[in-house]
Amino acid sequence: MKAKYLKSIHVPHYKRTAGDIPNRMDLPKTVTIPMSMHIGAPCTPVVKVGDHVAIGQIIGDSTAFVSAPIHASISGKVKAVDTMLLSSGALTTAVTIESDGLGEVYSEVKPPVITDFDSFIEAVRASGCVGLGGAGFPTAAKLKVDPEKVDYILVNGAECEPYITADTHTMVDRTDRLGKGLDTLHWFYPNAKIIIGIEDNKKFAIESMQELTADMPNVSVQSLPASYPQGGEKVLIYNLTHRVVPAGKLPIDVGCIVINATTLSFIGKYLMTGLPLVTKCVTIDGGAIRLPQNLIVPIGTSMMDVAEACNGLKGDPFKVLYGGPMMGISVPDLEQPILKSTNAVLFLTEKEAKITKPSACIHCGRCVDACPLNLEPTALEHACIAKDVDELNKLNIMLCMECGSCAFVCPAKRNLVESHKLAKSLVKEAQAR
Amino acid sequence: MNRLTVSVSPHIRSGNTTQKIMLDVIIALMPALIVSIILYGFRSLLLTVISVITCVLGELIFEKLLHREVTIMDLSAVVTGILVAFNVPVDMPIWMLVVGAIAAIILGKMIFGGLGCNFMNPALVGRIVMMFSFTTAMTTYSVPAGTVDALTSATPLAVMGNLDWSNFKDLVLGIHGGVIGETCCVALLAGGIYLIIRKVIKPIIPLCYIGALMLFTWIFGGPQPILSVFAGGVFLGAFFMATDYVTSPITNWGKVIFGCFIGFITAVIRVFGNYTEGVTFAIILANILVPYINDLTRRKPVGAIVEKKGKKVKAND
Repeated sequence: MKAKYLKSIHVPHYKRTAGDIPNRMDLPKTVTIPMSMHIGAPCTPVVKVGDHVAIGQIIGDSTAFVSAPIHASISGKVKAVDTMLLSSGALTTAVTIESDGLGEVYSEVKPPVITDFDSFIEAVRASGCVGLGGAGFPTAAKLKVDPEKVDYILVNGAECEPYITADTHTMVDRTDRLGKGLDTLHWFYPNAKIIIGIEDNKKFAIESMQELTADMPNVSVQSLPASYPQGGEKVLIYNLTHRVVPAGKLPIDVGCIVINATTLSFIGKYLMTGLPLVTKCVTIDGGAIRLPQNLIVPIGTSMMDVAEACNGLKGDPFKVLYGGPMMGISVPDLEQPILKSTNAVLFLTEKEAKITKPSACIHCGRCVDACPLNLEPTALEHACIAKDVDELNKLNIMLCMECGSCAFVCPAKRNLVESHKLAKSLVKEAQAR
Repeated sequence: MNRLTVSVSPHIRSGNTTQKIMLDVIIALMPALIVSIILYGFRSLLLTVISVITCVLGELIFEKLLHREVTIMDLSAVVTGILVAFNVPVDMPIWMLVVGAIAAIILGKMIFGGLGCNFMNPALVGRIVMMFSFTTAMTTYSVPAGTVDALTSATPLAVMGNLDWSNFKDLVLGIHGGVIGETCCVALLAGGIYLIIRKVIKPIIPLCYIGALMLFTWIFGGPQPILSVFAGGVFLGAFFMATDYVTSPITNWGKVIFGCFIGFITAVIRVFGNYTEGVTFAIILANILVPYINDLTRRKPVGAIVEKKGKKVKAND
């Protein structure tokens, strides 16, 4: 007997920006666009200092397949091509553009001509599209599979992270773009059943998607319980299809493609307008921001400029995050730019992101009950501290998706995700040896 | 501008803490304490307070001497203190109780590294030390005030043959001889239900324990299989001792095995052994098996590839 859903936990929602129509941010004075905003090969800059660029013009590209070109998000002059430190700790090249204040669109931006599957994939690649839910996997690489092998295309509208409402906005206000994306997917993957999975706390999104897909026979809308981590790739696949992605395999190995609702909406928009990925709808929230909202931001805008656009900060934020509070990455300074995959920027106060000193594990088993994948976080932590690679492998550490459910529920406030990340690098090191 | 804090996700945590859990356990023990004051007088409160103070001070002094971080604020020593006191008769000399409480906190918990590192229930370690050191004092039970014979008497278990449904009410209300915290099943059950509602414990261990005890007592031909679970330390053991997180399995199937095993051993000791009471030894014995039970009942992770007979089998459940 298979369980209907994988285990999950309840996290607070804090979705106070839900239902707001996003505002478009004024053009920032400068943007800094890193050449590595995706999983895969970083791009090489194709512009040099002093060049004039316009919105949608390619400024970085790569010959590797698992990569995506990068476009200028404002018009103006290239001020610097320099190395920068990303919040992930990696060094990358970044192109800084100084705005000319005109917001002029590149002359060659025009809707792509799609004739067959290959030209569709080429168009997706040319759009610069990457997974916009946060992972940043190049979408063209994900979609370039034998359409015969695709049984399901799962559109991820779960948006299970607290605070974030950008995907909901996509599903409620931008249905024309999603409609175009769905039609295109159905055209190129005719055998695939398309399921849009949405958490049941987003009634408006469910209704608007049902309305949109009423006369699309291959598309269905599935309401899912509002629980975390509903939008995790493996979790969504299980909960919608009862298929299990085995360790070390990809969703396509079990006949599934998972695509974020905003990603699909962007593909729809690109097919209609030809404007590459240069802006992002980002949820700006947290206790330290004066005016929380959904904001359409040019990629490369600094977090400082984003905060200014939201009437500034209330005092000093304690932590600033890319993404939601469960899996988001905290940044060291406000110079960090908005990336393609950024779906939220949270300015959290000390009270919201309280750090409690960890105390001894009392073996209460809450982490074991919380783990959607049936892992044993407390045992993993133990094995990690002991640097016992065999035990870590036995406990299937590499399956962990770092969703943070275990650390969230832990009454002793153990830093379980931290130890799991360390454990994974231990295992990788051992494999490399 | 201040520096931003950088840390690994998740950046929000649930409001639950070890301290809150322990506080819930303390609250759940209050009905039994109140009943014992009613039944045995204020001396039971005195014993409980002394035991708690001894345990907390014991932990504090131990940590100070070893220059370790002081952890008394997690309240786990308070829980241990209450449970140790609950395991002694009301006329127990105070110095003996203090010895038991020190044994519980130091031998039962601190020498293994404190909370989370012990492998046996500390309160039961204290009970065993007192049981073997002061056997007479530990088994001389006062009958609650107001009953016919206000002198010492045997516990219902010792006179199991006399148990019948006519004194069922006295049995569950705790109006009979015994240690101060274990006699009133109703109060202990109320505390247990509180813990279950507050999601501090799962009902698996108590249910499996009590069920298995009835079953095996009946199979072994012991007297009164149903009534006997209301006598002795079964309820205190089932809801408050066997459910101790540190010394019970973390998986649900592990809890089932653990509960049934305690029920089985308790029945064996009660029916075939010299002791009238078997709860303590059954729980301690099961505590020792916990790491093996955990290993045995580990669930297969979703998507894990398990090796079976040297052949790789794809996991799909």
